Amino acid sequence: MTLLSYLLYFAVLVGLSWMLAIWMAKVYSGAGPQVLRRAEAVLLRLGGTSPDRGMGWGGYALAVLAFNAVGFVALYGLLRGQGALPLNPDGVGGMAPDLAFNTAVSFVTNTNWQAYSGEAQLSYLSQMAGLTVQNFVSAGTGMAVAVAVIRGFVAPKGASLGNFWVDLTRSVLWVLLPLSVVLTLFLAWQGVPQTLQGAVVASGIEGGEQVIARGPAAAQIAIKQLGTNGGGFFGVNSAHPFENPTIASNMAQSLSILLIPVAFCFLFGRMAGDRRQGWAIFAAMAVMFVAGLAVVHSYEVAGNPALGLGANMEGKEQRFGAMLSALWAASTTAASNGSVNAMHDSFMPLSGLVMLVNMAVGEVIFGGVGAGLYGMLLYVVLAVFLAGLMVGRTPEYLGRKIEAREVTLAVLAFLSMPLGILVGGAVAATVPQALAAVQEPGPHGMSEILYAYSSATGNNGSAFGGYGAALPWHTTALGIVMLLGRYAIIIPMLAIAGSMIRKPQAPVTSGTFPTHGPLFVTLLILTVLILGALTFFPVLALGPIAEETARVAGQSF
Amino acid sequence: MSRQAKPAEMSGLYPAAIRQSIVKLDPRGLWRNPVMFVTAVVAAMTTVLGLRDLLASTDGAGTSLHIAAWLWLCVIFANFAEALAEGRGKARADTLRATKSETRVRVLGAADDDPSSGTEMISTALRSGQFVHIAAGEVIPVDGEAVRGVASVNESAITGESAPVIREAGGDRSSVTGGTTVVSDWLVIRVTAEPGKSFLDRMIALVEGAERQKTPNEIALNILLVGLTLIFLLVVVTLPAFASYSGATIPVIVLGALFVTLIPTTIGGLLSAIGIAGMDRLVKANVIAKSGRAVEAAGDVDTLLLDKTGTITFGNRMADALIPAPGVDMARLAEAAALASLADETPEGKSIVEKAREVLGAIPGMPKGAEPVAFTAQTRLSGLDLEGGRSFRKGATDAVIRLTGRTPAQALAAQVDAIARSGGTPLLVAEGTEILGAVHLKDIVKPGVRERFAELRAMGIRTVMITGDNPLTAAAIAAEAGVDDFLAEATPEMKLDLIRREQAGGRLVAMCGDGSNDAPALAQADVGVAMNAGTPAAKEAANLIDLDSDPTKLIEVVLVGKQLLISRGALTTFSIANDVAKYFAILPAIFVAAYPGLGALNVMGLASPTSAILSAVIFNALILVALVPLALRGVAYRPSSAAALLRRNLLIYGLGGLIVPFVGIKAIDMGLVALHLV
Repeated sequence: MTLLSYLLYFAVLVGLSWMLAIWMAKVYSGAGPQVLRRAEAVLLRLGGTSPDRGMGWGGYALAVLAFNAVGFVALYGLLRGQGALPLNPDGVGGMAPDLAFNTAVSFVTNTNWQAYSGEAQLSYLSQMAGLTVQNFVSAGTGMAVAVAVIRGFVAPKGASLGNFWVDLTRSVLWVLLPLSVVLTLFLAWQGVPQTLQGAVVASGIEGGEQVIARGPAAAQIAIKQLGTNGGGFFGVNSAHPFENPTIASNMAQSLSILLIPVAFCFLFGRMAGDRRQGWAIFAAMAVMFVAGLAVVHSYEVAGNPALGLGANMEGKEQRFGAMLSALWAASTTAASNGSVNAMHDSFMPLSGLVMLVNMAVGEVIFGGVGAGLYGMLLYVVLAVFLAGLMVGRTPEYLGRKIEAREVTLAVLAFLSMPLGILVGGAVAATVPQALAAVQEPGPHGMSEILYAYSSATGNNGSAFGGYGAALPWHTTALGIVMLLGRYAIIIPMLAIAGSMIRKPQAPVTSGTFPTHGPLFVTLLILTVLILGALTFFPVLALGPIAEETARVAGQSF
Repeated sequence: MSRQAKPAEMSGLYPAAIRQSIVKLDPRGLWRNPVMFVTAVVAAMTTVLGLRDLLASTDGAGTSLHIAAWLWLCVIFANFAEALAEGRGKARADTLRATKSETRVRVLGAADDDPSSGTEMISTALRSGQFVHIAAGEVIPVDGEAVRGVASVNESAITGESAPVIREAGGDRSSVTGGTTVVSDWLVIRVTAEPGKSFLDRMIALVEGAERQKTPNEIALNILLVGLTLIFLLVVVTLPAFASYSGATIPVIVLGALFVTLIPTTIGGLLSAIGIAGMDRLVKANVIAKSGRAVEAAGDVDTLLLDKTGTITFGNRMADALIPAPGVDMARLAEAAALASLADETPEGKSIVEKAREVLGAIPGMPKGAEPVAFTAQTRLSGLDLEGGRSFRKGATDAVIRLTGRTPAQALAAQVDAIARSGGTPLLVAEGTEILGAVHLKDIVKPGVRERFAELRAMGIRTVMITGDNPLTAAAIAAEAGVDDFLAEATPEMKLDLIRREQAGGRLVAMCGDGSNDAPALAQADVGVAMNAGTPAAKEAANLIDLDSDPTKLIEVVLVGKQLLISRGALTTFSIANDVAKYFAILPAIFVAAYPGLGALNVMGLASPTSAILSAVIFNALILVALVPLALRGVAYRPSSAAALLRRNLLIYGLGGLIVPFVGIKAIDMGLVALHLV
């Protein structure tokens, strides 16, 4: 029964993603319906650009940076000044500078790490004109970059990487917006509020006064899931009954988390003109995802014998139970989403290990919208280079040679993960101002630190709730790490794309390194595990693994 | 590949290599190999710390120095591998250098001057463009081009081939190499190389590795290795912070040991040895690469342009069958054909006699008083007139028809047509005015060529046959040899076009050539192999030179290139896969004091934390030296498809790389315990 439910979930997920990829392939190549093309042409003309104006990798990267810089400044200003701005029925004051920095970076980088509690520290204007806008455009940025990177690998020699403004517009208008409308309506139907009125004050049976927060939630939740944003309207995210009221809303959101990331695998295959290439990447991601899910599921359903029989229900919602919480936890960490429907801090140690690995490998197990694919292409470059020599040719991917320049850039991009997680984490584990954030000492505290810095570097945004990430030290440090995890990968990957697109495409022969099929999938998985996960083995040993071995020995933290 | 080094010759290299591996510890040279440099730094640090502990009589000083010793050994083993690879080249360079001697030569004012008018000067002072007269018995002092005369030259100093070769002015056999000896007659050569830049100099520099530049793939791999080293540096330097949070302290020496075992020392230490050994394999195959880049490019080749003559066929048409005219006995035809060819010294003529011998069992000797009739361009016939007035002729169809005044019988004419259509050459044999039958002459494809091309196809390499033959003949031979495509009636321009076309499709092209008119195509090709006997222009344009002037060598060059790349990839994969076991050896050892539960990670059941760390370090050093023979010999390579190669190599070096260290570290640990070393 359990297996059947999971199979059904995957079947629906793959089916929907497959169809979405067909649509996206049309949209990004400018072959969408004429109505859409006319509409976007008007918009683009207003912006002073057109689909014919191709960009090199430098121009593309500059456009991404400029657009995100402007987005950051606007959001930062809005958060700081929200107290004096309209649409603030609950009279929320301006945000502190460090928290505003953290929040602005967090939403611009598609991390959506929340060091604040939405209902208490954000006005409706900040939610709608600030966060929701970034929920769309930060996701759109990731998708646009991924499409440009794909073009770099597959487009004919000398073509351009495309135009950032066009790709961004198409991502937002024709992919994210329509899907969000559908999901918003569905969630509203399931009971998620969508109102501009302030909080409701109710009197309880015992006479105590209760403030029930509400607001324009449904729209933000839809895009939070579809755009792998994850920043909830309410502090406790999708565990909140207004954010995620029913099993149906839970399933719809679970599917939405992975929908676009999975679609990008298939889009890659379509754009490459060889769908097997897309399937291979999908397969590698899916195998790692399912393996992780299996661990989380079995540990959560089995529960902690030290706490009595039954599933581990600490920090979980009764209405979802262990299984749906496990599915959500695996999906949200794999997909760089970061929304939660249960408290990850309370999961079993090895479930925490899976979640940490999902994030620490760089969010490439489906990963963020667009970001997951270009992150995985980074591993593909490394895997092809490492093993490609073994067929006796200069390593090549999709007919293009991988040479010193690409390897240099890939190594640079790859360094951002250990830099963010290990250096950030090591400092957080030593500096007293940072250590104060740890809730439980010992290995679990280590997991909390690692989780925070993995989540920020991987642009995930979920957290081990016990960790006091609102400390000024962390709001600043995590903000910097989020920037590192986003742009130290985007820029090198665009540069790789720019370098690949200048190379001739060698025809496929029987001497070509095969980049589809089970062998390559295995190779790719091993590369992710050995280069990605193994780097963090020592610290993971001190965190979740130590916790688990202690738990087995009857000790808890 | 072709000639294995004798064990005696190899063993003579060991003392020098051992000396060199110590000399190479000089940091000025070592820093060029970042991975080994870092290892040496850690080794030095460990030594200093170990000595400090020793002086302070701290516990564990012995273990620290033990670790330090193995870290140094790791560096020395890497140096040894490189020195051994270089040593093989040096031995060859010394032989080459011996042929370079200062002699007095006779310099002429102009090519046509009388030799006696020349002035004497020292050979090392010769400049490019001067004319030198070389008589029989003299050594050709420098590279040059024969401009006058014909001579046989002994090139064994360069090629190892003792049979002298002909060098003559003009044509495609005009190039002479310094260090070779004129055996008979004389030559006037124009000097083409500046002093110190001759072919011999270049070859010495090359085999000594002095001019060795890193090849593109080697550079990229080095970057990756440096990147991995950086990542593991981050892992190790941040570890004390995490450890102290967890209440564990990790001694600096242990951190250093963990770092060295994690960084890719195996491939880092063997990388340059692999490169040098690859070049050495080429040199052994008597091919000189002008750059390492060309060797790598050879591994990448998609299309091979092969000259038909000499590569695919023996180059001479030979008798394949005798076809008697209706009513003529086979034996009679054979006898007539043999008689008509007895005096014919051409390979074709000899092959006809050979064929007749096959049919008859024996052939008639030259009859007394018989008068040979030689082939002339006018008659296009040759044969024999016997004393009794009988005359035998063989020749082209139309020539024989003209001679006899008859046309061949219907059935024979059809056969003759069929031969021509199949790309063969039909000859008619006549006695007097009677046409007895036909001889089927054809280009004989070398044995084994077809299988070789099938292998190449499996490797994804397209073969294109280049020939001056007409399309009909070319098609027939192409089909028989199993090439993928052919270029008939090829001119140098057509070759160049073909190469450009292939390259436009993203393919890398290799070709070989010898004539000056091949030079543009050789330059355009990604891999151009010039025959050493070819013209200076061709040799200048090519990036590889085959000293044996054997066009089939092209295929060997491709295999050497592939083997070089595979060796690198295999050892890289092996090296990285090793890390898994090393983590499982060292991590429980350093954390078990803080979290006893982490002892569960000690899956190998190593005796103690100290023995675990030591075993990992020792394994790291031993695996490097164990793989030296593999690095020098190159990974075994059987031509097959990329998918099959990948499966096989991933299994051996990937899976092997995961498993071997688990076994090895456990074995070393048991050994250490048995020897009471820990």
